[in-house]
This record gives sequence, C-alpha cells and structure tokens, in this order.
Amino acid sequence: MNPRRRKLMLSVTFIVLGMGVATALALKAFQQNLLYFYSPVQVAAGEAPTTRPFRIGGLVVAGSVKRDVESLAVRFVLTDTLREITVDYEGILPDLFREGQGIVANGRLRPDGTFEASEVLAKHDENYMPPEVADALTAAGVQLPYRAKNTAP
Amino acid sequence: MFEYFYKYGSPRHFYDLSKMFVPWLGGICLILLIAGLTGGLVLAPPDYQQGEGFRIIYVHVPSAWMSLFIYMVMATAGATGLIWKVKVADALARASAPLGASFTFLALVTGSLWGKPMWGTWWVWDARLTSELILLFLYLGYMALQTAIDDRRTAARAGAILALVGVVNIPIIHYSVEWWHTLHQGPTITKLDAPSIHISMLVPLLIMALAFMFYYAAVVLLRARYEILENERNSAWVCELIEQRRG
Repeated sequence: MNPRRRKLMLSVTFIVLGMGVATALALKAFQQNLLYFYSPVQVAAGEAPTTRPFRIGGLVVAGSVKRDVESLAVRFVLTDTLREITVDYEGILPDLFREGQGIVANGRLRPDGTFEASEVLAKHDENYMPPEVADALTAAGVQLPYRAKNTAP
Repeated sequence: MFEYFYKYGSPRHFYDLSKMFVPWLGGICLILLIAGLTGGLVLAPPDYQQGEGFRIIYVHVPSAWMSLFIYMVMATAGATGLIWKVKVADALARASAPLGASFTFLALVTGSLWGKPMWGTWWVWDARLTSELILLFLYLGYMALQTAIDDRRTAARAGAILALVGVVNIPIIHYSVEWWHTLHQGPTITKLDAPSIHISMLVPLLIMALAFMFYYAAVVLLRARYEILENERNSAWVCELIEQRRG
C-alpha cells in the first residue's frame, strides 16, 4: 500500500472514530435529557423535575383502573414493579390502553405525590403472535407481558 | 487479485456487466414482493394485541432496515472511492443516496401512520424517532452537496466525508431503544435472543426484507450506470457508445 493511501485510510479511520468518541461523550453528558420518560423509581428518588412537566412510563397495575361514570376522568396506578405512582387523567385513552399495558403519561407531579397527566400514550412491546398462540400460552400458564383483559367499557 | 479488481471495477466493465444483472435482480424482486405481500397481508394471522393493524410492519420494518443498510453501503463506497479512487464506488455512493432517503422517508411515514392508532400519537421526540429523522437529513444533506458542487470528483470526495461523519448515527439508531427509555419498543428480530415474533408472521417479513434488498440492488445498479455515463461522458468508450446508438 502506498503512503498516500495509508494516509487517506488513517484519515477515514480518524473521522469515524473521532466522531464516535465525540458523540459518545456528548450523549453521555446529555444522558438525562435523552430519556423519553422517567420510571416511578426515578420519581420516588427525586430525579424527576417537580416544577415543570415531564413524562412518566410504566405498566398499568391490573385492577387499578377506576373510571368516573359521568366524565372521561380516569385514575390508575402505574408501576415499574418496584415503585408505584397514582395517575389522574381526563381524556380519551389510546386503544392499546389496558390493565397490564405499558404506557407513557405526560404531565406534572402534584405536591401529594400523585401525577396529573395531560396526555397518555400506549407503549406496545416487541412481541407479535396470533391470538390462538397467545391463548394457548396463557392456558399453559405463561405470563404474557401486557396480556390482560381489555377494561374498556 | 488487485488487477482483477481494477479490471472489473473499471467504469466500462461495470457498465457492461451491470446491464446483465438489472433484469434478473428486478425479476427476483417482483417475485419476492408478490410472495411477501401475499404472505403478510393475506396469510399471516392478525396480532393478539394490535389485530390487523400490525400488518404495516411488512413495509415499515424492511424500509427501516434498508435505510440503515443503504447508509452503510454509501459510507463504505464513499471510503473506497476516497482511499482507492475507485470511480465505480463513487457512482454507487451517489446513486444510493436518493434510494436511502426514500426508504428513510417511507419508514418515518409508515411509523407515523402506525403510531397514531397504537400509541395515540403521530410523532414523539424519543431517541429512536429523532435519530431516524437525523438520518433523513443526512441523506438530504448528501444529495444537496452533490448538486451544489459542479465538479463531480470534488462532490464525491465531499459527499464521502459527510457520509463517514454520519456513520456514528447508525449504531445510535439501532441501539437507541436499548440505551434510553423510548416510546418505540425494543428490537423484535435483530437481537441475540430468538425473534419475538411468531414464525407465521416472521417468514413474510423476511421475504419482504429480501424483496426490498433486491429492489435496491436493481435500482442502484441502474442509477449507477447513468452516473457512470455522466462521469465518463468525455471518455472514448462513451463517445463510441453514442456513435453506435446514432448509427
């Protein structure tokens, strides 16, 4: 290999590695800002902002969804299996919202430790299977993630 | 070995050789596309959570894979052109950019259409969606650079450097769902574990991915041929070709 090519090859390696290191450091510095949502554990540890809105993510605890009969208000408990947080929301929930489902709620923390959501998004998982397979797995006693009865009226 | 490489890597040989491949690649793509679409839209069962809506996966996921794959091809071809001055590599990089941009756009649009009914929103600024949007801007930036610089050799060099700088975004897109909390779910297939998708749904998805790959191969060769004609418009063999055409 002639010296010119070697030099060019070094430059190419330098560009790719240099960008890699620079980006890794930048992302490391902004780690907190890149989180799309906080988990209940982080909220309990006081890592979430108290003065401005933020997003919180977790699983809807089975049996915790309470709907108001006369309005769209709904109250449910969100968990990351370690800590729980009560969420209040008024509005239309996405179709995939159900007990046991992962969701992301945007809103603010009230002084009493409950969360007032202005938006609720469903987070679906990476599993895809036909309904019959899901039924067979449930029948065999396999605990499917987010597999719970739809609580929508 | 290098002699062989240079002989078949020469624009003229590439031009002659690629002509044979294009119809074959295109034909295989068509067959795979029909098989994949039938499998995905008709034969595959509905999903236990998302019902029929999940079928958009058969366009969304292959497009997203292609958007990453084409970028890697573009960057590798760019580096090859930069270091070894292979003209065909420059033509391939330049021909790849609009295709990569199209697949990125398709992945973003189908993702948005999928997100509205399932997540409840068209768009969120989470790490996966944002990094994929940056990829679209990288492609568009590359294309803008190619049109802005008149001298094609300079344009190829500048483009290669931009492509190499952007390579860092590729692992970020892929691992974004694992490194940070995102609304986008984790990988279904491209992980060390077994795929989290039932075999009856997986097979059409892989066929579709293959179909997209063949589509890219066919179209990039076709586009690269035109790039080469344009690059070599003053060379003897292209002039000869024009003379022949004129009769």
